[in-house]
Amino acid sequence: MRDLAPEMIRCISVSGLQISKNGTALLNVPRLNLDGPGPTMILGPNGAGKSLLLRCLHGLIAPDTGRVEQDGVPLNKDHKARQAMVFQKPVLLRRSVAANMDFVLKRRGLQRTVRKARIAELLAEGGLESKARQSARSLSGGEAQRLAILRALALDPDTLFLDEPTSALDPSATQMIERMILRASTRGVRIVMVTHDIGQARRLAADIVMMQGGRVVEHGDARQVLDAPQSDASRRYLAGGLVT
Amino acid sequence: MQGFATEFSSAIALILNGDAELWAIVLLSLKVSIFAVLISALIGMPVGAALAVARFPGRRMLIILMNALMGFPPVVVGLLVYLMLSRSGPLGVLELLYTPTAMIIAQVVLVTPIVAALTRQVVEMLAEEYSEQLRSLGVSRLASVPVLLWDARLALVTALLAGFGRAIAEVGAVIIVGGNINHVTRVMTTTIALETSKGNLALALALGAILIGIAVAVNAMVSTLSLRAEKEGLRHA
Repeated sequence: MRDLAPEMIRCISVSGLQISKNGTALLNVPRLNLDGPGPTMILGPNGAGKSLLLRCLHGLIAPDTGRVEQDGVPLNKDHKARQAMVFQKPVLLRRSVAANMDFVLKRRGLQRTVRKARIAELLAEGGLESKARQSARSLSGGEAQRLAILRALALDPDTLFLDEPTSALDPSATQMIERMILRASTRGVRIVMVTHDIGQARRLAADIVMMQGGRVVEHGDARQVLDAPQSDASRRYLAGGLVT
Repeated sequence: MQGFATEFSSAIALILNGDAELWAIVLLSLKVSIFAVLISALIGMPVGAALAVARFPGRRMLIILMNALMGFPPVVVGLLVYLMLSRSGPLGVLELLYTPTAMIIAQVVLVTPIVAALTRQVVEMLAEEYSEQLRSLGVSRLASVPVLLWDARLALVTALLAGFGRAIAEVGAVIIVGGNINHVTRVMTTTIALETSKGNLALALALGAILIGIAVAVNAMVSTLSLRAEKEGLRHA
């Protein structure tokens, strides 16, 4: 997808990750290394554990056992400060579009004039400059998700996690979001995204993590996984068959 | 019927002519209730917000207690505050009984649970929605409180107005701790009760009309703000 200097690539690895509820294993990932430049797409049917894995990678959920590491170091506060996450349903503060951006920039300790300039720059990038003073809650679904991504990018993250950001959007809004994701990826932001849209995975992914029943059934180069899947579960999912 | 019409026109005259006694009573009522609501906001909002975001043993019990206190009978509150402030009570040395301060204290006791309970409800709803996003942004539970209070501001103003409505219309507690002393602790509600019993219906009617006006204005503001809060996706259950 792009060429990044090896030192810029953030390696996220998982070992012995397990989460169960009432005796049922929701997530069981003995080993997973996300060491390519990305974007990485986590693909699989509903209930496969994709979102759960994403939350574990970002440190929002602590696993029962196992650990997540970045560049060989257990995930810590500093790592988390350099990560951002965009949710399936964008969570926007009940403030204006610009104030939503300002909230995260203020947290980064930027001066007012710097914040103002950065807000204008980011909103222009997402095509929301004319909506700066509008209430964020009055945006359309596509605009709201664009704002959520811009707000995440305002944190200047080295890793951006996205949980099905386009699942409720029309093709045109989806295309805009995908462009933003690719632009961020080109700039060196490590993208890890959950989707169950095979077409989207084909358009965006450098590597694909295929999940089913809380387990990673396949992880590899996007072309290889999509065109020559190695596992039965991947083959069935990609063929559009029912996977439980 | 003619008597009623006469009293009614006298009442209107009292209002329009700016009767000093009438407006002094109105002013004292507003002063006491506004102070009480402000103090209740300072106590009730942080308490409500803390109960919304904190998790500790006995939290559910506290919420039930707070909700129950919303319906606490005002005369009982008046009696308790009276006992606290009376000469032989623990706060007797302060000599606050039969002063506007005593009335403010009684109203604070009545209004704080309302403000705290409504704040808890609104902030908890918002916290549920914001929780993952704020944690993702590295905002701690404690640091999330001002964010949540600010974003729930419309609904919280509604809670304060609801508290003000309760305070301004209150009779039982303020008459016990205030004593309804002329030019000192006489407020709209206690004056209406007294003047009606004395047969001075003009003053009672004039105050009643103003009280109704205030109630309508407060409700109109509550309704407008609720509508705006609803548009923002946040409203009391």
